[in-house]
Amino acid sequence: MNELSPPNRVIPPTPLGGGVGRAAPRSRLAAFLDSDLLHSFLESKLVVLAALVSVLIVGAAILAPLIAPHNPYDLKSLSLLDSNTPPAWEKGGDPRFLLGTDDQGRDIFSTILYGTRSSLMIGIGAVLLSSILGLSLGLWAGYAGGRVDSVIMRIADVQLTFPAILTALLIDGVLLAVFRSYRIEGNTSFVLVLAIGLSTWVQYARTVRGVTLVERNKEYVEAARLIGLHSFKIMFQHILPNVLGPVLVIATINLALAILTEATLSFLGVGLPPTEPSLGTMIQIGNKYLFSGSWWMVAFPGLTLALLALAVNLLGDWLRDALNPKLR
Amino acid sequence: MLAFAIRRLFEAAFVMVTVAMLAFVLFRFVGDPVNQMVGQDTSLEDRLRLRQELGLDDPIVVQFARFLGNAARFDFGISYQMKQPVTAIIVERAPATFELALAAALFSILLGIPIGVYTGIHRDSWLSKIFMTVSLLGVSLPTFLIGILLIYVFAVTLGVLPSFGRGEVVRIGFWRTGFLTVSGLKALILPAITLGLFQMTLITRLVRSEMLEVLRTDYIKFARARGLTDRAINFGHALKNTLVPVITVIGLQLGLVIAFSIITETVFQWPGMGLMFIQAVQNADIPVMAGYLLLVAFLFVLINFIVDLVYVRVDPRIRIYGRGA
Amino acid sequence: MSEPVLSVRNLEVAFPTRRVTLTAVDDVSFDIARGEVLGVVGESGAGKSLTGAAVIGLLEPPGRIVGGEVRLNGRRIDNLPPEEMRKIRGRRIGMVFQDPLTSLNPLYRIGDQIIETIRTHSDISESQARERAIALLQEAGIQGARARIDSYPHEFSGGMRQRVVLALALCAEPDLLIADEPTTALDVSIQAQIIALLKRLCRERGTAVMLITHDMGVIAETADRVAVMYAGRIAEIGPVRDVVQRPHHPYTKGLMGAIPTTVGSATRLVQIPGSMPRLGAIPPGCAFNPRCAQAFARCRLERPEPMPAGQSQAACWLVAEAAAGARA
Repeated sequence: MNELSPPNRVIPPTPLGGGVGRAAPRSRLAAFLDSDLLHSFLESKLVVLAALVSVLIVGAAILAPLIAPHNPYDLKSLSLLDSNTPPAWEKGGDPRFLLGTDDQGRDIFSTILYGTRSSLMIGIGAVLLSSILGLSLGLWAGYAGGRVDSVIMRIADVQLTFPAILTALLIDGVLLAVFRSYRIEGNTSFVLVLAIGLSTWVQYARTVRGVTLVERNKEYVEAARLIGLHSFKIMFQHILPNVLGPVLVIATINLALAILTEATLSFLGVGLPPTEPSLGTMIQIGNKYLFSGSWWMVAFPGLTLALLALAVNLLGDWLRDALNPKLR
Repeated sequence: MLAFAIRRLFEAAFVMVTVAMLAFVLFRFVGDPVNQMVGQDTSLEDRLRLRQELGLDDPIVVQFARFLGNAARFDFGISYQMKQPVTAIIVERAPATFELALAAALFSILLGIPIGVYTGIHRDSWLSKIFMTVSLLGVSLPTFLIGILLIYVFAVTLGVLPSFGRGEVVRIGFWRTGFLTVSGLKALILPAITLGLFQMTLITRLVRSEMLEVLRTDYIKFARARGLTDRAINFGHALKNTLVPVITVIGLQLGLVIAFSIITETVFQWPGMGLMFIQAVQNADIPVMAGYLLLVAFLFVLINFIVDLVYVRVDPRIRIYGRGA
Repeated sequence: MSEPVLSVRNLEVAFPTRRVTLTAVDDVSFDIARGEVLGVVGESGAGKSLTGAAVIGLLEPPGRIVGGEVRLNGRRIDNLPPEEMRKIRGRRIGMVFQDPLTSLNPLYRIGDQIIETIRTHSDISESQARERAIALLQEAGIQGARARIDSYPHEFSGGMRQRVVLALALCAEPDLLIADEPTTALDVSIQAQIIALLKRLCRERGTAVMLITHDMGVIAETADRVAVMYAGRIAEIGPVRDVVQRPHHPYTKGLMGAIPTTVGSATRLVQIPGSMPRLGAIPPGCAFNPRCAQAFARCRLERPEPMPAGQSQAACWLVAEAAAGARA
């Protein structure tokens, strides 16, 4: 008789639950396969579709150098004679260019692949920058407290008065203007990563700071301090693991936003240039030819961007709902 | 309450000064102001004299003070590109942006709230599902894509609405309005929808989620237990309680409208402040950029300040006296 | 013997979930006569509130009535279309809930809330409804009702608010009032006042009352009959005096032993070992058998129905044994 059953009364183990001696805990994989998270994912056909579409587009983009029939960045391979060709199945189309060409003779299909790749890399770069920056500042602010905390949070508040896209646009515009004034040959991709990255760090910082404040007061941190561990070590070894979860969630959702922000900036003419176009740039170029009938220059990049945007938004929504403890 | 207001005022001032510093740095140190303003063949003496006139060799602090003083008097200098005072340009373009923002806000509120209420009450009807899909599109697709799509459908294919410009405008004093002409109103439709769609979906979602939460409260349960009609419950009790927090959030949306007007104006070549800003960026026209920056910062700070005050006034009663459940 | 106001027979309320269907109210039957107060008592989760919600038709989905019937004045109401049921709510059946603070809409004056309810169920003018509301508030013990009728809920104290809630529930003159834990959220000093008010108002109007609570003291004071619920079933039901002083079901005996009392010799409070089973884990046979000191083989196999025991009925095989023994 162990301590779970009371001394004087006989309480026979019931067949359904309660009682002592359950089966061994299921493996983590089995637990995951049976989890509500996976079930809510599979139940919504829309979300599964969204995931598939995302994987498809992202996969194609990553493999662009391998599967694209042409290299649209190679200016020497372009011929103006090929420009404004309709898609291959239309009258006047050319089987070499499946989805037609733009005003410089670039193959639309290849450009979409390469352009999405650029957007993806910029998006990932921006998310890396903002997450690392936000995480570091948040950890620092939360752990050090006092002056440091005030300053960092004050800066965050100032930045938060403005919508992220405006901040990104401003940073982007200013940097480009600087480059132009001083006639520096700027790497636009780098500028975009900087602009988008710097416009979104605040979210991470705030969340991380919150978690850090909670963890900082816990006993294991006290103990570590007493032993004499250096602050950095405490922050990174002990507090960091607790913080990674929320950061990852934010980062996933922000990746989608980063890609869309890049598209918007490119469309406005302050993103990737026409010589190395992303989806946004392609749409901007194609927009000029919309009335003259060359619809394919806008349609296909537009469709790709729309599908990508919808897919990642659906996934992001589902992720947010699935991980929201309030709704469980 | 007063203490709160004063504190917010200080914070607002702090933000403004920070932005002003950034604008000043932009203004003074990005590129050389003199070189930007004069032609290629201006002599060196003339350049030096201009430097003197502009006080470009005074101590930084003095220059900053002068900058602030000018800004307070709405003097943002001369545009490099258009050779006109920045203030004059802004004043000329502001009405267009303002009318566009107003039309977009009206569109988003007048459509957003009813749709939000409907989808909150009839959660699973097919009409709700359609609305939610449209709202998903509205919030996922980038604004410029929506604009181009609308242009393609209504201007290129159907040819019923113009794809750029404001149409005919009527001059009233310094204000040029497009509200008074048919072509002006027609030109307003597509841009207003484009600009307002994002806001409309946000309002719809907010109203919907507020409705859903309110409908779960104890006082709604008690109202049902008293046999009140669905109409009385949904449109009497629930709606009133829903709208109170929604109204304050709508105020905060104004910031997004200003940001997205840049994109919308670019798509539709709408001659407003947003387009002005983009062109300034493309041309490295620093005075215009700085002026726009200051103006927009001021607007944001003002809006946030007002919304904070309103929220504090409305919120405590709700916070203390509970929303049930 | 005139027809009972409320007649519940074999009521079953279930919650279908992804894995299994949970039965929260299992084959419950009782009557309430005109002017009678039936107490429904039991631990949290025993199914008392759900029974009340089922009677008035306010079960929250996915919960639904899956068996049995509910009759009001002889007429079946559990299968009515929603609009018919709405007309019954308030007019024929009233209900008050636990928390007076959250039961009242904070943005509406209390007078307006009462007038609205009156006018929903009868065709009288605004001014007449107003007079009735004032009279009702005065009856409910609100001083200066004529002035205070235009106040907002937050201008009242907790006890006053519950008086307003009672007035609201009774303003359309229902035949039955369901009171779900009406005093639990109130100060002890106020509880007695509210219970007295409830008794008075209902006695004057001849309103039947279903008083749901976990507080045996309130039941002993107020109820004419009491039903003890356990794990969604009725363990014992009978006149209050009988059930309290001569309980037959071991669970009821345990409950009575657990009530602190200043009367009689000071004995130890009896604690029933173990806890009520969760919905998905109700044992076969009698639901109470694992915790019952007097359980025998039949208890674990067959579920007992309420059987005559003195003036009451108890769902316990011990009673059957005693009856068989008495007959032998």
